[in-house]
Amino acid sequence: MADPVQVSVSVNGERHEADVEPRTLLVYFLRETLGLTGTHVGCDTSNCGACTVHLDGVAVKSCTVLAAQADGAEIRTIEGMSHNGALHPLQEAFWSEHGLQCGYCTPGMIMASADLLERNPDPSEHEVREALAGNLCRCTGYHNIVKAVMAAAKDGQSAGVQA
Amino acid sequence: MSATDTATNGKGLFVGRAMRRKEDPRLITGKASYTEDIVVPGMVHAVLVRSPEAHARITSIDTSAVMERPGVLAVYTGQDVDLESGLPMAWVPPGIEVNTPEHWPLAKAVVKHVGDPVAVVIADTREIAMDAVEDVIVEYDPLPAVTDIEKALEDGADLVHEDFGTNKSHEWSLGGGDLEAGFAEADVILERRVVNHRTSGAPIEPRGVLADYRAGSLTIWSTTQVPHFLRLFLSLILGVSEERIRAIAPEVGGGFGAKLQIYGEEVLCAWLSRKLERPVKWTETRSEHMAASHHGRDQIAYVKVGAKRDGTLTAYHTRILADMGAYLMLLTPTIPSLGAFVMNGCYKTPAVQTDITGVFTNKMPTDAIRGAGRPEATHQIEVVLDQLAAELEMDPLELRRRNFIAADAFPCETALGIVYDSGNYQGTLDKLLEHVDVESVRREAEDLRSRGIHRGIGFSTYTEICGLAPSRVTGPSGFGLQTGLWESAMVRVHITGAVTVFTGTSPHGQGHETGFAQIVADRLGCDPAQVEVIHGDTGTGPQGLGTYGSRSLSVGGEAVSRAAGKVADKIRQIIAHQLEAAPEDIEVADGKFSVKGSPDKGLTLAEASGEAHIPENLPDGMEPGLEETSFYDPENFVFPFGAHCCVVDVDAETGKVDIVRYIAVDDCGPAVNPMLIDGQVHGGVVHGIGQALFERIHYDEDGQLVTGTFVDYALPSAADVPNIETDRTETPSPTNSLGVKGIGEAGTIASSAAVTNAVIDALRPLGVTYMDMPLSPMRIWEAIGEASGPAAGGGAQ
Repeated sequence: MADPVQVSVSVNGERHEADVEPRTLLVYFLRETLGLTGTHVGCDTSNCGACTVHLDGVAVKSCTVLAAQADGAEIRTIEGMSHNGALHPLQEAFWSEHGLQCGYCTPGMIMASADLLERNPDPSEHEVREALAGNLCRCTGYHNIVKAVMAAAKDGQSAGVQA
Repeated sequence: MSATDTATNGKGLFVGRAMRRKEDPRLITGKASYTEDIVVPGMVHAVLVRSPEAHARITSIDTSAVMERPGVLAVYTGQDVDLESGLPMAWVPPGIEVNTPEHWPLAKAVVKHVGDPVAVVIADTREIAMDAVEDVIVEYDPLPAVTDIEKALEDGADLVHEDFGTNKSHEWSLGGGDLEAGFAEADVILERRVVNHRTSGAPIEPRGVLADYRAGSLTIWSTTQVPHFLRLFLSLILGVSEERIRAIAPEVGGGFGAKLQIYGEEVLCAWLSRKLERPVKWTETRSEHMAASHHGRDQIAYVKVGAKRDGTLTAYHTRILADMGAYLMLLTPTIPSLGAFVMNGCYKTPAVQTDITGVFTNKMPTDAIRGAGRPEATHQIEVVLDQLAAELEMDPLELRRRNFIAADAFPCETALGIVYDSGNYQGTLDKLLEHVDVESVRREAEDLRSRGIHRGIGFSTYTEICGLAPSRVTGPSGFGLQTGLWESAMVRVHITGAVTVFTGTSPHGQGHETGFAQIVADRLGCDPAQVEVIHGDTGTGPQGLGTYGSRSLSVGGEAVSRAAGKVADKIRQIIAHQLEAAPEDIEVADGKFSVKGSPDKGLTLAEASGEAHIPENLPDGMEPGLEETSFYDPENFVFPFGAHCCVVDVDAETGKVDIVRYIAVDDCGPAVNPMLIDGQVHGGVVHGIGQALFERIHYDEDGQLVTGTFVDYALPSAADVPNIETDRTETPSPTNSLGVKGIGEAGTIASSAAVTNAVIDALRPLGVTYMDMPLSPMRIWEAIGEASGPAAGGGAQ
């Protein structure tokens, strides 16, 4: 076993430091070192996107990032999307539009969608579908996921803020 | 519940409403607890060594280096694992013997498919175990791999299981009516060989197990659809008394049949935990899922259909070769038989017969995947009907209309002796045609053709069998299952009027917590927000039978409704006693049980529950408390149905298919929650689109798995599929008091045929008249090239 490396990150606004094996993937660092199990693992080839989190404001698949690479970064996970019990507009929209069934892909879908709306607050349906092509869902057929993202974008627009 | 409710449709205050789900707050905030999220102190990790060979004798296993690694606790091979019995095969088609090979959690001497486990390493961390697996040296002596089910039945074929002397697992037939007379009467007889290829269930949550055996009792968390079956079989296989086992399906991230199984890893982790006196966790990688979670479909059907010149069907015969894979798992040999029950489809066909041959191959076993036999049946029926329509030069919809069982003919006994409970096939088709103008699609197709785009339209009108199951039909003296298939529910009203419902069903995304709460809220005059539904835990509530076969609402929901009804009856007696009214005059309205005509005279649920729990004024002889149980065994199956339409554009240059529109009209009886129904249809349809266009589990001729990851196995993404347009008709089932049928599998059952018919329709002008799935760009491009029609080719000649 290689010597551990020190990782210092801010996750959902809280600073964490830990010594981890160099090969530790960010997703396992979040899930097992920090106990943030909302970020899921659905494949071993970076196809499914269930592990999507924000790294310095950009959506990444945390199964494809070493924890050591995230040293010094600001990370946001699904647990950091609601504040003081108030849901993020995307969480509200996924709930209202029935954008989830088993819920396993949902954290990754919400994080990928938040990244899209950050870059493009008023996406077309086509743009939503393209943006989510790296996140797989077996339950919903994507119909209500797309509807939820469009609804959240519309809410964000009418509120004059970005989602 | 802070519901975004739409108007009720008069069915109840809550039943019929599109209420948003009670499940979702924990799921959208990352607070849900799936099996992999659960941590138990002292937990260790298991990783399996799996066979890279399709068929081989294990000549040696050297584990000596493994134990030298720090952090490794143990390594075991198949010879070490002492169990009372092997993995179960529980359901045999009736009246036959089935060749059932031994199947162990770890192979004992011979591996039979890629991914067959041969050893297990247990270590302090998953990473140490994964590293240590590399030190297990297994030597194999390869044997010939059997991969082609047609060749497997030829004389002198290599054998998967030498002992049987054949690759046949079994033969079974279901027929009714005079087939010979039917074909004799036919003006046209059409034959097709229809291939329904192998697929993966591929829930996004991989499988996982955490087993904790301590002080003589086992607690096991598993990603299962059937915790009660898991408890039963663990008891039998481990020799642990059933009451000492608690099986829990926590949050389960999708199943699609892939988690309707008793897997070797579940048994092995329980055995390991007992052996090592440590909690043992195992989590499947996606690559392991593709190789070693059961597959679905994989049939070749030789279909022969007879019809009069006017389109009247006279006979339908199908001979199905079904690939069982290397072993028979929980339901493996029965899956094709489930399709045989509905081989009549929606049609009056007077003579129908299905002859099934199960065939062993050196592949992962097949078993139930969303639809389980019925997608295969519907696909062959509906694709062959389109082929017949072309042969008769008849509109495919006219052909269907001519043969539909009429709406006034229900309940209707088909040629197979199956009694369809209710239906209105013309009704769903009419509704469908309100959404799509076939003539205008045809005109668009003309316009697009000059640009190299070939637009096609395809239909599928289906009925399916679900609501598993009437125990008299499926039990030991019927279909041979060594269990009943009823469902249970227990409704407990707490002293405050809060309600806990225990269901024997075990959801994994369907939304039972919401739908069942709506049913109970209507029965008890309370808010669904105060109704908690507990599921998937053998340590709570009565014995149950799990979730599969679109059974949960029509069997489990009916049990919930009946248990709640018993509670309501008790409340009526209490109130009648106290207010000196007749129990039958007590009605539930506006959140209150009150005397008819005197809405101010009565008690709320909380007040009534207080009376029941503080028994100062109960009728003579009435026990205190407010808790009732129901075990509901249905009299018949239920038969949902519908009509689906798919419009595709095929690019003749590339062979790529774009789905332009997909419209689904389904009838699953009166909606409890229409939003949940739509969600099931969306996902089900895309599952079928996935099989039709993208997904395929592919083994090469040596039995090597080619599609072993999500890189190679093309699950559809959001960018690959369109919005799914949905509508419904509501024809109540007479089978249960809710009138409901199932909807979980309907979309998948209907859609592969609609897509396939649309693609073939698009390609007909190019001379392509038939294609099997998957309709990949390469295969379409090749088919266009090979077609001999006058307009064949375009750029693809």
